[in-house]
Amino acid sequence: MSTQIVVPALGESVSEATIAKWFKQVGDIVAADEPIVELETDKVTVEVPAPSAGTLSEILVETGATVGVGAVLGVIGAAGAAAAVKPAAVAAVKVPELAVAAPAAVGGHPPAPSARKLIEENSLDAAAISGTGKDGRITKGDVLSTLEKPAAAPAPVAAAPAAPRAPDVREQRVKMTRLRKRIAERLKEAQNTAAMLTTFNEVDMTALNALRSQYKDAFEKKHGTKLGFMSFFVKACVTALKEWPAVNGELVGDELVYKNFYDIGVAVGTPSGLVVPVVREADKLSFAGVESTIAGYGKKARDGKLTIDEMTGGTFTISNGGVYGSLMSTPILNTPQSAILGMHKTMLRPMVMADGSIQARPMMYLALSYDHRIIDGREAVSFLVRVKECIEDPQRILLDM
Amino acid sequence: MSENNFDVVVVGGGPGGYVAAIRAAQLGLKTACVESRGSLGGTCLNVGCIPSKALLQSSHHFAAAQHEFAHHGIKFSKLEVDLAAMMARKDKVVSGLTKGIEGLFKKNKVTYIVGAGRLTAPGTIAVTGKDGEQTITAKSIIIATGSEVTPLPGVEIDEKHIISSTGALALGAVPKHMVVIGAGVIGLELGSVWRRLGAEVTVVEFLDRALPLNDGEVSKQMQRILEKQGIKFKMGTKVTAAKSHKGEVTLTLEPAKGGAAEEMKADSVLVAIGRRPFTNGLGLSELGVEIDNRGFVKVDGHFRTNVPGIYAIGDVIGGAMLAHKAEEEGVAIAEILAGQAGHVNYDVIPAVVYTHPEVASVGRTEEQLKADGVAYKSGKFPFMANSRARAIDDADGFVKILADAKTDRILGAHIIGPMAGDLIAEVVMGMEFGAAAEDIARTCHAHPGLGEAVKEAALAVDARAIHM
Repeated sequence: MSTQIVVPALGESVSEATIAKWFKQVGDIVAADEPIVELETDKVTVEVPAPSAGTLSEILVETGATVGVGAVLGVIGAAGAAAAVKPAAVAAVKVPELAVAAPAAVGGHPPAPSARKLIEENSLDAAAISGTGKDGRITKGDVLSTLEKPAAAPAPVAAAPAAPRAPDVREQRVKMTRLRKRIAERLKEAQNTAAMLTTFNEVDMTALNALRSQYKDAFEKKHGTKLGFMSFFVKACVTALKEWPAVNGELVGDELVYKNFYDIGVAVGTPSGLVVPVVREADKLSFAGVESTIAGYGKKARDGKLTIDEMTGGTFTISNGGVYGSLMSTPILNTPQSAILGMHKTMLRPMVMADGSIQARPMMYLALSYDHRIIDGREAVSFLVRVKECIEDPQRILLDM
Repeated sequence: MSENNFDVVVVGGGPGGYVAAIRAAQLGLKTACVESRGSLGGTCLNVGCIPSKALLQSSHHFAAAQHEFAHHGIKFSKLEVDLAAMMARKDKVVSGLTKGIEGLFKKNKVTYIVGAGRLTAPGTIAVTGKDGEQTITAKSIIIATGSEVTPLPGVEIDEKHIISSTGALALGAVPKHMVVIGAGVIGLELGSVWRRLGAEVTVVEFLDRALPLNDGEVSKQMQRILEKQGIKFKMGTKVTAAKSHKGEVTLTLEPAKGGAAEEMKADSVLVAIGRRPFTNGLGLSELGVEIDNRGFVKVDGHFRTNVPGIYAIGDVIGGAMLAHKAEEEGVAIAEILAGQAGHVNYDVIPAVVYTHPEVASVGRTEEQLKADGVAYKSGKFPFMANSRARAIDDADGFVKILADAKTDRILGAHIIGPMAGDLIAEVVMGMEFGAAAEDIARTCHAHPGLGEAVKEAALAVDARAIHM
């Protein structure tokens, strides 16, 4: 008795995925729940577990193909069943809602038989092809020239041919992954929507460094997780967000939505791009809780196992370019949030102290990019000053001062 | 006078003229057709297409009986030709058909006027019949006077021993030796008829190949086949003089490029070097109707001459001098005069040679495509690989389809083989619809059929014929 391997629900507003990798081949024995195929979506990579134990008898969709939620990816035969020999690669399975039935007759005249074949094979929309045959019929030549053009009108899963530039041996062409494409879209979305500005400040890390040195070993022994900087910055931000609620808000239509919860996104760089898992209810977590949550996310991100739910719904984001050496930068908003804090590299700089002396201090530039439509300058600057104060004197966080 | 006033008067009752008249009448125009021959149907019906096809069929039967029946296990002792009976049958076919056109005229209420028409003024025609002259008027006049045999200087046609196609269709006896001057369609067809009936036939041609307007591969193949049938060819040769004496003609031949002359004797010489437009006695120059330097009436894209109200179609305006081309133009001009949008697609007019095997072509030849620098693919399929052709023991020849290298659109097709003239119709239809070779390949063809060779040639364009 065989079972089908089906594309699971992929998360809100995600309706299709690309086959990234088959972990098993036809004929391999699989255990129940063993990851059998990897799917890539706009937001995340998802593993699909085998629905039952048995032998992978059929792979119906090949790597690189696009499938919709619920599509059948393969079949697992009963354990010990001989693998069905699937003759040579099957053509990409068409996403059900985009499947093209016999191409509609355009202007009452059906396309020529040769044209019909090409239209179906390439999932084209016959109505979008101009016909040059008698009375506007679509000829084979019409379809061939449509296929030559970079995909303009055809359905999203149509084979989009390479741009007509002659290959240059000095170039290397790498197709954008889904993830990168999606990130690119959202970045532009942020830029195109918000009235984005950045305000800067600097923070003296001396006190925080001292605090960490003092407690880090004992902290790790007690809580089983390292005491990093992030917990302090998260807590400092929560403190400042409570005082300047607009920074934690969102513009929805023409309504300002002020949120009374604090889900702080912490950006993590992975080989496949930047992902921002969200530390839920950061105000309610202990320092150890924040650290261990962030550590856990870091591992998952590197393993490509973050779920979509873990990355949505944040109210504010912290990004750290300092790990790569950035001294100062202007982060882009993590849509639909209204502000993002950028942390940078701590560098010893000569600072003029209160008594006029000059000392070498470990300084970090902080950047707050914000949506000026919802947050005004005073709020943004004051928020950042508050974060600075809390970092320069962590006791303020404790005392809510 | 109203019975002599018409919406349309067609001068000439050949395929162009009578079709134009019938169509005009169908569209409600008061129409008359003036024809001096005494029978309708023009050159085609009377001294061209029809009688030649009738004799070709009769002579083919005779040749088949002589050379092929034994293969089929059919034996007989005596075989002879009753030429008079053969000619009588041909005449009967012709008169039946010409009377048929008269019947169509009656049915469509086209006024048939027997006589020679002369344009005396725009809209006015003087018709001279056996009963005298009458004048008719028309809003529109269509000149459809066709063509006549092109004479060869030095070789004067007497229709006795030096004949044109007209004479060749009515010989009283099978010649001993017939020399055909001109290896075009008419020369090869009529040469075939008399060769089959027992004459020795030599074809003398000025250019270096037979059927010079056809695809080169086809011309070569046709010549080879006709040579196998016993026809001799003398290419690259011109005939400069002919002297007729006591039933024997002495021809003077010279190489076309120049050189020593030679003599050839024959009892029948067929002059078949071409046809030229016929406008004698029409009064065109008096009216100022322009003709070009070869005698063709000049018309624009709507068949209008330079004189308002006077139109011209068919052989008299040049282009492919084919009956069906004239018919298409006849329909088009009638529709234009009736206020519709009549037009002819000149790119898709088939041409047939009724030798055996037949030759049929439509569209461009390989030579034309190469000359124009068009990238094309060619698909060829021999009738030897067609099961029907083998079954009927008639498998000489091939189908060749030429298609655009990029779009696969059919640019031309050339068939030499059994029923080629009918097989070509499918490709003509396809080309009319802008078909790709693949479209013909993906259309079902009955089996066993000669048409399958067309399908396989279409497959061969993509190098994927099944039966080869």
